[in-house]
Amino acid sequence: MNQTLIVQALCKWFTATEGRFDALCDISFGVGAGEFVAIVGASGCGKSTLLRIIAGLEQPSSGAVLVDQRAITGPGCDRAMVFQDYSLYPWLTVLENIRFSLRLRSGFRAADSAPAQSVAERAVLLMELMGLTRVRNAHPHELSGGMRQRVAIARALLRKPQLLLMDEPFGALDAQTREVMHDLILHIVALERPTIVFVTHDVEEAVYLADRVIVLAPGPGRIDSVWPIGLSPALERTQDLKRSAAFLAAAREILDRIRATSGLQSDLDALRRLTGHAMRAVTPVM
Amino acid sequence: MWIAAWWAVTALQLIDPLFLPSPGAVVRRFGMWLRDGGLLQDAGISIFRVTAGFLLSAAIALPLGLVIGAYRPVRAFFEPLLEFARYLPAVAFVPMVLLWAGIGESSKILVIWIGTFFQMVIMLSEDVGRVPTPQVETARTLGASGREVVILVLLRSAMPAMFDTLRITLGWAWTYLVVAELVAANSGLGYAILKAQRFLQTDRIFVGIIVIGLIGLGTDQALRWLHRRLFPWAGARP
Repeated sequence: MNQTLIVQALCKWFTATEGRFDALCDISFGVGAGEFVAIVGASGCGKSTLLRIIAGLEQPSSGAVLVDQRAITGPGCDRAMVFQDYSLYPWLTVLENIRFSLRLRSGFRAADSAPAQSVAERAVLLMELMGLTRVRNAHPHELSGGMRQRVAIARALLRKPQLLLMDEPFGALDAQTREVMHDLILHIVALERPTIVFVTHDVEEAVYLADRVIVLAPGPGRIDSVWPIGLSPALERTQDLKRSAAFLAAAREILDRIRATSGLQSDLDALRRLTGHAMRAVTPVM
Repeated sequence: MWIAAWWAVTALQLIDPLFLPSPGAVVRRFGMWLRDGGLLQDAGISIFRVTAGFLLSAAIALPLGLVIGAYRPVRAFFEPLLEFARYLPAVAFVPMVLLWAGIGESSKILVIWIGTFFQMVIMLSEDVGRVPTPQVETARTLGASGREVVILVLLRSAMPAMFDTLRITLGWAWTYLVVAELVAANSGLGYAILKAQRFLQTDRIFVGIIVIGLIGLGTDQALRWLHRRLFPWAGARP
């Protein structure tokens, strides 16, 4: 398959006072064109760091990231990123936020870039697709969290990036809004076939949206396992799918892997010991 | 209510009028001072000095604060100097200022500049530093160059906070005005207060203080109104 993203033997370490701290160790994987890959893992496994390195916002300590066979050196408009929150420009309206990259010169320098006219039309199209037409002239502070993330996604998609990177984009939303956003993403996947790398801590979200789920294990961050998710095509997925046996089995298996790698078990043992002590301590002496 | 309390205290002669003149005396003095034309002249020259010193500070501090807030190496270069300079008491510079700038208008403007500039630069650079990181990083992943990030995101995003910083430092500029008018001035509200002190004209001192207070209150309210007009999106967190 045509690989849009290739991560090669990537390591990231930080120098701390206690010596070297390994955040990511020997990460290698590829993402095909039009593929949706979700990265999950216990907190501290470095999944956000990995995404930030792919975005070019952080430098790897060793290894390489290739997008369309070219090694990346820094952030660029071929890899748009959607953050969890606080990424919209509060002084711009919804439509102005979506069109933000039209203000940048870089988009016009690229040889294969579309003319500004068609990009402007695309901004309106994306706004309609995201259901934002009614609030086109509103400012971000007037919008709900879900609406804000729609703006952020539309803005990221404007230039048809080779790679769409999403860092827990729905982490700050309530459960109902998140479900609506999931179905919206699936529609965009069906319509535009973007290549997506999606970081989340929500396993159900990952199984519902992705073609493939990568489980990262912490200490140091490494790939624990890769799970192909062969659910139905994007547009045929509905919330009912989340109650199907195949869905639940996949979600449970992945969740078990995360638990097994997270060191949570030892925390639980410690808690049991503590409550055991406490129980004995408060038991009245006859 | 505060004025009523003031009037009651003086009317009952609880306090020697030398220490606290009655509202009536202050109003009479205000009328006299206004009629002989001195008050408007004093207020005018004081407003000119404050404005000139403040604008001079702002003109240098705005670009410098932006660059310091945006670029880590620039910050590392200037920060020790600024942290040192902002503890320098502007009052202590008065003899030097006289030596450097003579006794003309420039010496008063220079004192106000010393008193406000260093604080202003530090506060402005912190305003820029408080711009949410995702706003900057989003721009970079959309292909913005370093310069575009500074102009289109950092400056734009920090603007309401920077405006507030200027409003606050304008208040300090008035404080340093009185100090500045110690520097061999022969006009201005601060000078008038000092001269009144010499003749124990407490009602005159009160007029001077109240006029400075009213000018400050007026400009502050005007700037707040302007802030709401210019940045209606600020205030509410995005």
